[in-house]
Amino acid sequence: MIEIGLGHYLSLGAIIFFLGVIGIFLNRKNVIVILMSIELILLAVNINLISFSIFSGDIVGQIFTMLILTVAAAEAAIGLAIIVIYYRNRGSIRVEDIHGMKG
Amino acid sequence: MIAHSIFFYFFSVIAIFSSLMVITSRSTINSVFFLILDFISVGCLFIMVGAEFLGMILLIVYVGAVAVLFLFVVMMLNVAEQKQSWFIGKKSTHIPTGLIVSVLILLELLVVVGGWKYKEDLMSSSTLVLSNVSNTHQLGLVMYTDYILYFQLAGIVLLLAMIGAILLTFRERVGVKKQSYINQISRNPSSSIELIEAKSNQGVKVDD
Repeated sequence: MIEIGLGHYLSLGAIIFFLGVIGIFLNRKNVIVILMSIELILLAVNINLISFSIFSGDIVGQIFTMLILTVAAAEAAIGLAIIVIYYRNRGSIRVEDIHGMKG
Repeated sequence: MIAHSIFFYFFSVIAIFSSLMVITSRSTINSVFFLILDFISVGCLFIMVGAEFLGMILLIVYVGAVAVLFLFVVMMLNVAEQKQSWFIGKKSTHIPTGLIVSVLILLELLVVVGGWKYKEDLMSSSTLVLSNVSNTHQLGLVMYTDYILYFQLAGIVLLLAMIGAILLTFRERVGVKKQSYINQISRNPSSSIELIEAKSNQGVKVDD
């Protein structure tokens, strides 16, 4: 309990991943919160990769983390642009109102 | 070791609490603030565990760019009137299924990774952590040599994201005067200069 090992960091990543997945399912408000939940999931993945990289002494995990950061930033930019044009066309970004594809 | 565990529990409790608040807080702007708090605590964890460069990158790129981008979008879209719709209206039918799936994911992950132990002779890689150089130096030594292709691809991904975001949100406005370079360049003296013989005591009549 006192000795912080790899399992602690992986558990933290698992809990944050879980909260991100919950956020996607539970969301009733708007699409921006869903994008934030995706950011939480990517953050959990970064925690896993960095803790494996540190505890196994291999630097490559941190490089993968940098690539994930890049992709996450690009995804946030594109997703927010899509939200902006959706709001411009429809006037609402509530999850319940977005059913154009009847999914 | 005591200090390490104290700081770990401190930052991870803040991270878990703030990610809980991200998904449950009533207004979107509060969610963005808690997302920033979450990024900062996880960045502090990264710095604490020894990945200083990525911790700083997380603070700069996420808190400085991505979270501020979220703030801008929340500011531009008028989502304030929608904040009361939490748990109001007809219940969505997929929430119980989503909760069950999420809890199962958490339990599986905790069972698998919670008690992780290494084999004794796990390491056989060529990119091991060197003890005599700093984290940033080491990351550069690997990233600009072995992983240079991925680095370039990441740059291309960012360029495409920038072009895509600009193209998506661009709209042609009517009634806005713009500079036309081709018209400016293609002028010649015969179409734009007129030589007039000015007579004395009569002046010059322009634009008749």
